[in-house]
Amino acid sequence: MSQLLLLGVYGLANGAVLALAALGFVLIYKASRVVNFAQGELLLLGAYVFYTARVALHLPLLIALLLSAAAALALGALIERLVLRRLLGEAPIALVMVTIGLSALFRALVQLGFGTAPRELPKLLPAGSVALGAGLHLPLDRLLAIGLCALVLGAFSALFRWSRHGVALRAMADDQRAALAQGIAVSRVYALAWGLGALSALIGGVLLSDITELSPNLAGFGVLVFPVVILGGLDSIPGTVAGGLIVGLVSQLAEGLCPGASQVLCHLLLVLLLLLRPHGLFGEPRIERV
Amino acid sequence: MSAQATGIHHTSYAAELALRHTPAEKLRLALLIALLLGLPWCLNGYWLGIVNGIVLSAIGAVGLNLLVGFTGQISLGHGGFLAVGAFTSALLTTRAGWPLPASAGAATLLSAALGAFVGLPALRLEGVYLAIATLASQQIIEFVICRWSWLTGGQGFLDVPRLALFGERASRGSFERGWYWLLLSVAVPAVLAARNLFRSALGRSLMAVRDHDVAAASIGIDVGRAKLTAFALSSGYAGLVGALTAAYAEVVSWERFTLDTSIQYLGMIIVGGLGSVAGSIYGAVFIGLLPPLLAELAALAPGSGARLSAQLPALQLGAFGLAIVLFLLCEPRGIDQLWRRAKDYFGFWPFRY
Repeated sequence: MSQLLLLGVYGLANGAVLALAALGFVLIYKASRVVNFAQGELLLLGAYVFYTARVALHLPLLIALLLSAAAALALGALIERLVLRRLLGEAPIALVMVTIGLSALFRALVQLGFGTAPRELPKLLPAGSVALGAGLHLPLDRLLAIGLCALVLGAFSALFRWSRHGVALRAMADDQRAALAQGIAVSRVYALAWGLGALSALIGGVLLSDITELSPNLAGFGVLVFPVVILGGLDSIPGTVAGGLIVGLVSQLAEGLCPGASQVLCHLLLVLLLLLRPHGLFGEPRIERV
Repeated sequence: MSAQATGIHHTSYAAELALRHTPAEKLRLALLIALLLGLPWCLNGYWLGIVNGIVLSAIGAVGLNLLVGFTGQISLGHGGFLAVGAFTSALLTTRAGWPLPASAGAATLLSAALGAFVGLPALRLEGVYLAIATLASQQIIEFVICRWSWLTGGQGFLDVPRLALFGERASRGSFERGWYWLLLSVAVPAVLAARNLFRSALGRSLMAVRDHDVAAASIGIDVGRAKLTAFALSSGYAGLVGALTAAYAEVVSWERFTLDTSIQYLGMIIVGGLGSVAGSIYGAVFIGLLPPLLAELAALAPGSGARLSAQLPALQLGAFGLAIVLFLLCEPRGIDQLWRRAKDYFGFWPFRY
């Protein structure tokens, strides 16, 4: 029982980080209909930018965090401006391939700059454990990671709900033409979506490298984003949270039962869901008009 | 002006049906044949090995282009089908003792059948959803092959005995050359078959599905069948390549057929040109030559030999990514279109068009 609970906490922590990564993915998809295969690499870049600021430049924690957040926003906006904007309205294959190309490029940059060996990052979250009743110790850093993810997800939701830019983003996702008619600048909204997508990936990457380790393998986490977003529906933000937690839990429990099974189980789930309910648990069904 | 395809007046049906019409086209074909025949005599073993790899991946890229470029279905699962072909053929050769033609044929058929099965989601999904579904099937195939210990007898890889070419086992010296002829004799019919497919009703129906599936259905094309046929054809090509790779490399392990392999093949057809058989080959040449040429460049760079060669894999990965992004931004229709433009430029000179 306690083993199950422990696995559950590990799974929820992974799931919370996944939800953050998936949030960025969904944001970008909602605003610009681009499926971002480089989300895992944005996670990776974010973690290494933070590593550079914190360890290589010896900046204090708060300044390092702010600086890497600014870098992530700038990176996202830059990707949009330099690459994606020039491919507006192209076929899906071009959009898919350009993000795949970017992901190869980012992975190569990280390898060139930092090598493939894991790096030591000073722990952000305390490493102790919380005793819960008889013989049950839950790792503190995972619990805190879950809490932090919830906080960040809440902040993002509030941003979409109440801020001017968030409303513009939602309007754009809802009906692009109507949004244009209201005087919303498409280019700014796209740039914002990419910036925020990179920002949420940065937070996810820093948390993930803190609870596991900082190495180029972090990008592999990105593949798990797809089951999450399909489960939740490609265009639903609450869906990503549910999807992230489900995928995190399922994969951790599967890993506990049979090592290596987590990936395949999630993908089996994905195929089934695509066949039975392509718009996900929370997504809006698409009506096709000719 | 007889060099230009627009200035030709066909006087017989046979002339109109020919693949090549103008003297310039025939001259280029002759040059290409001369190049292909001459290559093994001017290259050493190392470069001939690279050429063999390129010939193999050209067949696979043509197969993927049938599906992605001509039928408009995105597939991230090509590497999985290569793996199915490679393992089927290797198992049939080592455990059942089948000769290579039989085992490669069986591998092709099995991959094609599996491809049609994996293509089933394409009946309901399109665009990015299909990409994600095929990504999932790639992961599932990878997992099964990686975990199924019966496949490799628990050692993680399969050894394939060296192929006996023309009755005797080739020595190391003539090995690459023998394989070059063998691969070329498979690649040429495979490419010609693909080229001619799009002059047939089946090929035209695939292109109609790509251009507009509803319109295709309304003129009586069975869209689902066309999509599944494209999946089967494409993965059949992949299975053939897998079988040949297994026999050529003499060892099969799942690491050679990961998602990265699928992405590499997609990169080839993007760089070469979607929806063009010749383009797939240009792309295979480009992507195949990129790593060895970068390695040569790195070796030429003064002073920093060891450091640069340690960074080489990352450099090669980065160059691959950069090539895809730049091609998509600057010439989305790939090398094929560049080549066509160059021909036009010289053909119309001194006029612009």
